[in-house]
Amino acid sequence: MKILKGIGVSPGIAIGPAYVLWAGRVKITKHFVEDVDKEILRLQKAIKQTEKELQNIKKNIPDQMSQALSIIDAHLLMIKDPSLKKKTEKVIKEKKVNSEWALMYILSHYKKLFASLKDPYLRDRIYDLEQLIDKTIMALQGDNNQSHPSDPTIIVAHDLSPADTARLKPETTKAFVTEVGSRTSHTAIVARSLGLPAVVAVNNILKEVSPGDILAVDGLKGEVFINPSIEILEEFKRREIRYQEHRVLLSKKAKKAAITKDGRKIAIRANLELVDEIPLVKDYGAEGIGLYRTEYLYVTRKELPTEEDLFHAYRQVVEGVRPYPVTIRTLDIGGDKFASHFDWPEEINPALGLRAIRLCLKNPYLFKVQLRAILRASAFGKIRIMFPLISGVNELKAAKKLLEEVKEDMRQEGLLFDEKIQIGVMIEVPSAAIVADMLAQEVNFFSIGTNDLIQYALAIDRGNEQVAYLYEPLHPSILRIIQYLVKVAQVAQIDVGMCGEMAGELLYIPLLVGLGLKELSMNPQIIPEVKEIICHLSYKECQALAQQAIVLTDAEKIYELLQQWAQERCLIFPWKN
Amino acid sequence: MIRKKVVISNELGLHARPAAKIARLAQSYKAKIFLRKGLKEAEAESILDVLSLACSKGTVLEIIAEGEEALEAVEAIAKLITKEIHQL
Repeated sequence: MKILKGIGVSPGIAIGPAYVLWAGRVKITKHFVEDVDKEILRLQKAIKQTEKELQNIKKNIPDQMSQALSIIDAHLLMIKDPSLKKKTEKVIKEKKVNSEWALMYILSHYKKLFASLKDPYLRDRIYDLEQLIDKTIMALQGDNNQSHPSDPTIIVAHDLSPADTARLKPETTKAFVTEVGSRTSHTAIVARSLGLPAVVAVNNILKEVSPGDILAVDGLKGEVFINPSIEILEEFKRREIRYQEHRVLLSKKAKKAAITKDGRKIAIRANLELVDEIPLVKDYGAEGIGLYRTEYLYVTRKELPTEEDLFHAYRQVVEGVRPYPVTIRTLDIGGDKFASHFDWPEEINPALGLRAIRLCLKNPYLFKVQLRAILRASAFGKIRIMFPLISGVNELKAAKKLLEEVKEDMRQEGLLFDEKIQIGVMIEVPSAAIVADMLAQEVNFFSIGTNDLIQYALAIDRGNEQVAYLYEPLHPSILRIIQYLVKVAQVAQIDVGMCGEMAGELLYIPLLVGLGLKELSMNPQIIPEVKEIICHLSYKECQALAQQAIVLTDAEKIYELLQQWAQERCLIFPWKN
Repeated sequence: MIRKKVVISNELGLHARPAAKIARLAQSYKAKIFLRKGLKEAEAESILDVLSLACSKGTVLEIIAEGEEALEAVEAIAKLITKEIHQL
């Protein structure tokens, strides 16, 4: 038995066999074979079949294409390589394992060998071998489907790409364990959306786990047990029951509205990335979507999504959360994500470069396709459009002008949409916060995007470990910006909410309510707890707290104040348990 | 056992195509043929093993063969490496 620690990013308990995903390719499990000679015959047959396939491909290549021919010839030579065959057979004989696993074992042997080569050209030849081994494994599995991919398993991988997760069947997947990743990595988001336990950033997991090993995974504590003892298995079964009870309790709390003791209603909405997350969003009691990130459809495929693709996704979301509203943020993406579509030079400082609304205004066609899809979906439920990274009035006007053009086109075509669709700006650039009174004349709402706002206001790159300690959501400047935005919004009689990570921090909730925010959008999992806290607050007391906090000179003092305040009122926070 | 040292003379070293030629030629002999570079040894009939020797221009390679046709095999592979593969 072995215990590995990682970051638990999606709560839940899972016990099951490991399914190791090698470099996002074919899934391989390890199992033992009794008849070694028969297994070797099976391997030889598969190798022959791969060879035949290559011969067929070769036949169809015209003689003039000498480059392609020589590649196929090299592949043929590799698949017939006596050394490869001998070594693989030896693994089958000595370890009594299936051919698939033996091939992967040999591949990793060659990978190590090739990785040490200095010549990058030679180093890359390993990809040729990888392809061949994939082909052979496919031949093996077509011949005799021994790996039971229909049995539920725990997926173990270095990292999961959107393409990997798209191929996985939720009904045969029990949990994810990856070697790299963070709370916000793709694996974490997908796991939470599917309600599957996940542990990421588990060092050496690929080295320690063999396909088929039994794993016990705790997605809350971030623990992974490899081949656990009976005692541990029983402990995990108890944990699973406790976790289910916890969920039932939370879902009861989730249905309540978030109203303070003195009657102030706070709208609690969810941040959403995937359409699949909608059932979860509803379970956790979100009153609509405060931030629908629309990048996913653009980054998961090679082609740009069509208007139809986007419309179907948006319509599903809108219909899924009706009667609550959905705030759709238009494309917030950097130029680097489109490298395959446009020939743009690499940017030295992409965070301050051509991205989000800037990129959309430079590519009106790209932008208009999305706006059309959003408007069409607005015929099916309440949508609000939000523009990201607006830095001043001109940009906002330019975006609005394009929106009006799309609306006019659609009227001409007789397409239905919500004529009164609300538009808003995401306040995340400090200049936008400073001219908020001017922006307020142009929009129906503000949403404070704290992740970028803090980064830009404090000039801190969160990803840079040297300065990450200076990333302080409670910095007095941030509180002043929030206070100012609330005031401006009141004067202009428009809505103001918050949709960054800050909105989902339990300790900050009394302060944010006290500063006057009436709409908070957060990761769905935290919603029941946030609602619970708000129901125990008095708006008057929160206002007093905000007044106290806003005059303090640094984040640390503000943090202490919040903690003390929460303790005095016995607000139940999970960290106290 | 027959041994012969040769120097890799082509610009790109023993890349995929020359390695393929060597492997194919080695497979046509009954002798057991090895290539040795320093302490590393590879079966000449395995393109993967030959590639993983990573022979760049100027590498000294020892061709070793034993068994039937050993002499012919060493001569043929030496000729291939010194005379022919630099044209690839």
